[in-house]
Amino acid sequence: MTATDVPISAEGNPIGFGRMHRKEDARFLRGAGKYVDDVTLPGMLHGAILRSPIAHARITSIDTSAAEAHPKVKAVITGQTLEGLGLAWMPTLSQDTQSVLCTDKVRFQGQEVAFVIAEDKYSARDALQLIDVDYEPLDAVVDAKHALDDDAPIVRDDLEGRTDNHIYDWEAGDATKCDEVFRNAEVVVTQEMLYPRVHPAPMETCGSVASMDPISGKLTIWTTTQAPHAHRTLYALVAGLPEHKIQVISPDIGGGFGNKVGIYPGYVCSIVGSIVTGKPVKWMEDRSENLMSTSFARDYHMTGSIAATRDGKIQGLKVDVLADHGAFNGVAQPTKFPAGFFHIFTGSYDYDAAHCNVTAVYTNKAPGGVAYACSFRVTEAVYLVERMVDCLADELGMDPAELRMNNLLKPEQFPYTTPTGWEYDSGDYPRALDEAMRIAGYDELRTEQAEKRRAYEAGESSMLMGIGISFFTEGVGAGPRKHMDILGLGMADGCELRIHPTGKAVVRLSVQSQGQGHETTFAQIISHELGIPPEDIDVVHGDTDNTPFGLGTYGSRSTPVSGAAAAVVARRVKDKSRIIAAAALECSPDDLEWEHGRWFVKGDPDNGKTIQDIAMAAHSSLELPEGVEGHLDATAVYDPPELTYPFGAYICVTDVDAGTGEVKVRRFIAVDDCGPRINPMIVEGQVHGGVADGIGMALMELIAFERDGTNLGGSFMDYLLPTSMECPSYELGETVTPSPHHPLGVKGVGESATVGSPAAVVNSVLDAIGVRAADMPLTPAVVWRAMQGSPLRMDLALE
Amino acid sequence: MQVPETFDYERASNIDDAIALLERHGDEARLIAGGHSLLPMMKLRLAFPEVLIDINDVPDLDHIRIDGDEIAIGAMVRHAAILDSALLAEHYPIFRDAERVIADPLVRNRGTIGGSFCQADPAEDLSAVGAALGGSVVVRSSSGSRTVPMREFHEGPYETKVGDAEILTEVRFPIRNATGSAYEKVERRVGDWAVAAAGAFVQLDGDMIADAGIGLAAVGADHFIVPDAEAALRGKPAIRESFEEAAQLCHDQCSPVTDQRGPEDYKRHLARELVLRALTRATARARGEES
Amino acid sequence: MQVKMTVNGEEREADVEARMLLVHYLRDELGLTGTHWGCDTSNCGTCTVAVDGQAIKSCTMLAAMAGGRDVETVEGVAVGGELDPVQEGFMREHGLQCGFCTPGMIMTARWLLARDPDPDEATIREAISGNLCRCTGYENIVRAVRWAAEHPEGATDAEEVSA
Repeated sequence: MTATDVPISAEGNPIGFGRMHRKEDARFLRGAGKYVDDVTLPGMLHGAILRSPIAHARITSIDTSAAEAHPKVKAVITGQTLEGLGLAWMPTLSQDTQSVLCTDKVRFQGQEVAFVIAEDKYSARDALQLIDVDYEPLDAVVDAKHALDDDAPIVRDDLEGRTDNHIYDWEAGDATKCDEVFRNAEVVVTQEMLYPRVHPAPMETCGSVASMDPISGKLTIWTTTQAPHAHRTLYALVAGLPEHKIQVISPDIGGGFGNKVGIYPGYVCSIVGSIVTGKPVKWMEDRSENLMSTSFARDYHMTGSIAATRDGKIQGLKVDVLADHGAFNGVAQPTKFPAGFFHIFTGSYDYDAAHCNVTAVYTNKAPGGVAYACSFRVTEAVYLVERMVDCLADELGMDPAELRMNNLLKPEQFPYTTPTGWEYDSGDYPRALDEAMRIAGYDELRTEQAEKRRAYEAGESSMLMGIGISFFTEGVGAGPRKHMDILGLGMADGCELRIHPTGKAVVRLSVQSQGQGHETTFAQIISHELGIPPEDIDVVHGDTDNTPFGLGTYGSRSTPVSGAAAAVVARRVKDKSRIIAAAALECSPDDLEWEHGRWFVKGDPDNGKTIQDIAMAAHSSLELPEGVEGHLDATAVYDPPELTYPFGAYICVTDVDAGTGEVKVRRFIAVDDCGPRINPMIVEGQVHGGVADGIGMALMELIAFERDGTNLGGSFMDYLLPTSMECPSYELGETVTPSPHHPLGVKGVGESATVGSPAAVVNSVLDAIGVRAADMPLTPAVVWRAMQGSPLRMDLALE
Repeated sequence: MQVPETFDYERASNIDDAIALLERHGDEARLIAGGHSLLPMMKLRLAFPEVLIDINDVPDLDHIRIDGDEIAIGAMVRHAAILDSALLAEHYPIFRDAERVIADPLVRNRGTIGGSFCQADPAEDLSAVGAALGGSVVVRSSSGSRTVPMREFHEGPYETKVGDAEILTEVRFPIRNATGSAYEKVERRVGDWAVAAAGAFVQLDGDMIADAGIGLAAVGADHFIVPDAEAALRGKPAIRESFEEAAQLCHDQCSPVTDQRGPEDYKRHLARELVLRALTRATARARGEES
Repeated sequence: MQVKMTVNGEEREADVEARMLLVHYLRDELGLTGTHWGCDTSNCGTCTVAVDGQAIKSCTMLAAMAGGRDVETVEGVAVGGELDPVQEGFMREHGLQCGFCTPGMIMTARWLLARDPDPDEATIREAISGNLCRCTGYENIVRAVRWAAEHPEGATDAEEVSA
């Protein structure tokens, strides 16, 4: 099960990197996980949110008297209540403001209007129906393409001087040079495409239990957060509460995918509710609330153009984006990058020039945009370039694999600076694509496809077959403090390691697992560095009172940033252990050599001390050299010098029934290069899940709207997640190109497959039906209509 | 999680008890069997009965058996039991085809044929199966049982011939020789409601079609049927041209509505394509060429 | 109303509203929070429990309807704290990540294996198609159920050593 050079512990685990069953599974398998809704406190009350049924309306009155008269209702909070506390609005992660409870007008369907607190959750729900709200309906802006029209209703009239729905324009690359490349190009292909609004939809919805101790003034909040420390600081800033009196606990989290990065009005309401009632208040959103009001993803209308020579040398890429941010600009990303890392859209190829322009607008839709394992919009970027390459292949009549292979960056080109300013530090892209094609049996697949096409054209069968490729490069591990912060908080992560006298260890982290297996992976990192068996290492996370500061888990940053912090802190302990070992062995530290958790005297391997011996010695009365303190622990704050750049090559094989438009994903080949794999089992699991996401987005997931702003994706009957039946058995491969600057060489993998896979699926389906473009999701209707030459636009209600 | 409004709960111990409870509580009472249509509606606060009468303990409603020259299926037979039934698979494989694509296995463990018929959702698969096969529905009240022809049972979307103090007890299908049946459905994802679906039944007389039935779901066919298409098949040779003619009539005469599952023209196309496929497969089965 | 049922082999009774859903009865009245919930529309399957041996969605059954019946939740699976083969399969094949769908998946898998002790991949995929998972892409869940099918008594001693 493990690499041959890794010793095995008494419990059968690798002492270091390798496959190992997860430590956290013991509780999950028995139903003993502790999620937010499992938290019950004495006297706890239950909150429920009244939401707007319409997308854009001025509220003329709210009558809460009947709800307040309900025998089990303890309080009803409205925007007016919050205004008195200065909490009616809160800052977003993008320097905008967002309404907590509406004071003026509602700006999307599902917006928070009032908060009921009752003795039980059924009564809280009942009382919502007793609140009488008068809405004066307003015209809604739903189609981003009309958000900047002269006569468009203004969504954000709360912002002073605001006369339109424009949020920002942002560009990257050299427009002039790009124009020149395009002017002189032999072939230019332009394609419009929509990466539609989708939702991370973790199986656990969002929620919180807030408990304000009226005596100590301490607020404890158990909440679904991927970033507990960032949340604590934000609560301190939003609510004016002293930060040392706030404890944010992120217990077991039932999936995040970016949905649980931001702060939602419900969290704030539960805090206010606890302050108002003096009791703990739980708020858990239902599935409709989750889908209709919390962070969605994408909604990028993109027009790409690619320039090339007739023989297939790619020369330039440009894209104009219209970004729909919804009613509040609430996207989570580093401050300097309003469109996230979208400017990595040049992907994995070499160009003479590239340029992008992103225009963001407000609409009467829920706020968000950056979520769903997107690596800060690298998802949209990869989709754009990988679709454009296929469009170019179609135009040139070239095989898309050959076109990619001819244009991929070559190993000798690294470090490579992209036309939009990214510095890719390492990679061997052709090797990854070769490996994917080898696993797929690419040539045989093309032969089979030709036969299927022949039989179809002869009327013998309705079945077509497609082969789709996607090659991606991500920039993850945000990020260097010199470039990156979120709301002014630099993106470095702390880590603390303490070795107990008996050689057992506890490592404390700022990042928080939502299923990624941190309790195992981080134990393996410490184990790898110090030779302590992973079962002897406890990982503490998700509690701001008991962990060092750091920005949390998203953007595939846990191993690139906190993983590095863990390695650094372990190496500090190791350095100290050498001094202590030398003291115990009465030799110079320089005379010692390290192997498998033990310092020994060079040339005298029997004469040594294990890390466990050293831990005891460190806590003993052993005389230590001058200036060396006792005990064996260390802290570190890791500021990543650069991002890491995982990449991969994906191939998707689909079967398409041309008679019905139905698509079946037959095979999915994923070759990922995320550097060395700490626990290959966990890495593979991350890839599996991401491919399923890609299949979901490519084929079925969508939040569409009626023209009046009514949400058409507000339940799992309408927002379709892929089941076991739509997902194939995945075929994985790997190449290993270590990150040159990460202490462990690892690059992060959490989002790779979600980022890379949608384009492979879409390219495959379009390859099958011989159509250049159609937008996700490729439902049977969309596929059939694409074949008829009358494509459907699915983000608005079909009419 | 969304939760229902308050109501009273009664559990019926037998059919007469259920009917008596219905009579006592009037039109604000609803029967609950599997609950997979009603409870979600109640949670979403789109339905709010004052009394729920649980009929899960009612005996003698869970049979699938031959009764004379008919197959009788009790109203409380779960979808899972229909899917597993060797008797139905032998006579009417259309049930197996349809059940495999109804909701998911856990829902099928609870949902009942009676509930499906009474919900009368225009996209409901078993109703289309019933329409294809014909047969009858037995409805009981305190004054006794009556039999309603299958094709008169559904009065429109969400409306049936079952009155306020009545209970559907059984669904019956005639056993006929030289028949084949099949069900074809297009869904956006496993477990989703149909974008469009078609069930077909054929009875052969040598190479000729002696009788045929077509049931359509989700395409706005009144009573789930297109009688002209069936009439066009009777007495015709069992060949592709005959099927195409019937399929075209279904295409022309159904009335699908555009929604997020697909535009009207696509659903019409599916009506034709799926009827064609269902008739082809049903005929192959009638000939013993396919199981 | 008074509702009495057997839960994980024990008689349990509570006074609840008629409208209380079984999932809330288990979680809130009995404190059995291993059974989760994830939607309002009977789609996700995180609330799956066994009632009289049938895997069902406990969000779509009233506690009252379960009265007098035999209910098993994930908490009742590990006998004497020892994982049963399905739980062990999930651990060995990495069939879980965030753990939220896991109790429901386990209950569905146990129901499947009770009906069909040796299901092939397609059968497993169909059986779990009413249980949504957002993390694993299902691959390792399928393998976990296969593992359990191949190890009805759990791991052999030899496997214990090599694990």
